[in-house]
Amino acid sequence: MAVNDSIGWLGVPLAILAGAIRGSTPFLFVSLGECLTEKSGKINLGLEGTLLIGAMSAYAISYKTGSPWVGLVVAGLSGTGLGLVHAWLSQRPRVNDIAVGIAMIMFGGGLAFFLGKPFIQPMAPALPTWDLGNWSHVPQIHSALKISPLLVFGILLAFAMHWMFLSTRWGLFIRASGDKPDAARAMGISVVKVRTLSIMTGSFLAGLGGAYLSLVYPGSWSERVSSGQGLMAVALVIFARWDPRYCLYASLLFGGAQAVGPALQAAGVQSYYHLFNAAPYVLTLGIMIFTCTPKRSLAGSPGALGSGE
Amino acid sequence: MNSPPSTPVAVSSEPAAGAPAEATRLESRNWGPTLESVCLPVGAVAVAMILFGLFCAFAGANPWGVFASIKKAAFGSWYSFQNTMVRAAPIMLCALCTAVPLRLGLIIIGNEGALVAGGLGAVVMGTAWTTAPHTVALAAMAVSAMICGALWISASGAIKLYRGVNEVISSLLMNYIAIAVLNHLVDGPLHDPSSLNKPSSYPIPEANLLGNIPNTNVHLGFIYGVVACLIVWFRMEHTTYGFKVRMIGGNIRAARISGLPVGWISMTACALAGAAAGLAGMVEVAAVHGRANESLAAGYGYSGILVAFVARQNGLGCLIVSILLGGILASGGILQRAHHLPDATVLVFQGIVFLVILYSDSLYGRFKIFQERTHGRK
Repeated sequence: MAVNDSIGWLGVPLAILAGAIRGSTPFLFVSLGECLTEKSGKINLGLEGTLLIGAMSAYAISYKTGSPWVGLVVAGLSGTGLGLVHAWLSQRPRVNDIAVGIAMIMFGGGLAFFLGKPFIQPMAPALPTWDLGNWSHVPQIHSALKISPLLVFGILLAFAMHWMFLSTRWGLFIRASGDKPDAARAMGISVVKVRTLSIMTGSFLAGLGGAYLSLVYPGSWSERVSSGQGLMAVALVIFARWDPRYCLYASLLFGGAQAVGPALQAAGVQSYYHLFNAAPYVLTLGIMIFTCTPKRSLAGSPGALGSGE
Repeated sequence: MNSPPSTPVAVSSEPAAGAPAEATRLESRNWGPTLESVCLPVGAVAVAMILFGLFCAFAGANPWGVFASIKKAAFGSWYSFQNTMVRAAPIMLCALCTAVPLRLGLIIIGNEGALVAGGLGAVVMGTAWTTAPHTVALAAMAVSAMICGALWISASGAIKLYRGVNEVISSLLMNYIAIAVLNHLVDGPLHDPSSLNKPSSYPIPEANLLGNIPNTNVHLGFIYGVVACLIVWFRMEHTTYGFKVRMIGGNIRAARISGLPVGWISMTACALAGAAAGLAGMVEVAAVHGRANESLAAGYGYSGILVAFVARQNGLGCLIVSILLGGILASGGILQRAHHLPDATVLVFQGIVFLVILYSDSLYGRFKIFQERTHGRK
């Protein structure tokens, strides 16, 4: 409060900007992971569990080994492990991928809380950040411009993934498996293999997003480290029309929107502050109601998504 | 999601069941699928218990001791079974919220939001109308909760039907919106200034609280849950309404062509589903918490989704699975005290059980024992 007084209402847009920079990275990684998964024709609703297990394992390994980078890699790998379970289960006949996803949230979350119990207290070394705000004497600008290498990696990845979908052989395999599995099979592609790899890679990315939560921002491990970013991934991908580049913009938007409530509270607005927390959800719902039609599926939507094919 | 493979062979050969020998064969053949649908889930639970036992052994606890504790805490004595029933009540109501729309082909996961909406509806009614007689006040609270829940889920159903918005996503988003509205109301218009560290609404007056079943510690919400499950089971399996709902779920185009009012039936089914979850919210505020605060969103909604899938959308199945799950949830405390396992152990167990049961769905028709006779006949 006292700090905010010095810059007054300017603190609100600044906090939103800071939120877009700091809070968007987990959104970015889970949405890219989900985008890859859904492009191949399956939904992974369980990324919340993957995110939690990533956050926990990154923190625990970073604490044990002293190297946050090892933690980051282990987070991705443990996410991949959960992804393998999801990929295998969701491709059994008559097994609904959404139900599996919810079971995976429980299992992954439970496992993370179970194994992470001893690591709630200690401090693990965090991932380094690049301070681009040293020129300023305003502490808010200083903390807002702490850029994590993970964010830069995520931005590059978004564009790389877009290029991969459009211009590479693997991109074609994934899109074919997601749009017309029968055609993909006729091409000689193993749809099961493509989907399994896509789901596992997607979960790897979600694990990295979890590592960001516990090692960068907010920067500690607790059972409330994730505020539903993993669950929101599915909505974000629809919001982004299955385009990795739009996943980036949507993540920035959601990261910023997440900061609106706390920023207004810091600026002295006490009423309606909780309702602003719901801004991203209302926004997504509103846009979906506005742009969907019952006549055809959304542009960019993989054809086999949710059809059980 | 699909129903278990039915027995078209048995049905088509029914007229031939004249001779006694034929009748015995028919009878024994019919037992196959029934046996299968009992053996597979039971076998799945057994496999899940083995996996969980290995997990416990890995974590340094004695698996036998852990299972003994779970059994004791969940079903060991009348006292602990009452605890289980209290936990099962909101789960079974929430399970119906997913089970009914699943029959329509809609995957609704907004149970948590509908529960919160129902809880808020009940609290507003219960704190505002304090002069009514006990029964009238409770009925008013239940109705208000059911209307709130019904509107909440119908909204997802309506935008699916008329705007084509994916119901999984919309109902998921509505969960977050409901929780934000809850936080806003208990921190704003409904805020009780005496609730300091956990913002809460004004408490529901003593007279409007939901009592216990006579001679037990189980609140009446359990009865509500059982009755709701039975009603849904009867309505979905044994009335033309249920048949119409299943027809829409099977092939919506065929249902339209045969002249069913698809919109009306879908909306009423969603409203029915939402009303069940809303009632769960009323039960929670009127019997457990006594007021609305953030502990209303305790995850019963998400448990309910899984129960609906595991119970294969069947009302009676929801009843049984919810009691099992309630038992698992009730054993959290004892695992922590007696075996020094974190409270998340229960969550791991729940996750393993559901994963294995979902997997077992893919095994229908894979074991020859259950089909032997049909094959022999061919």
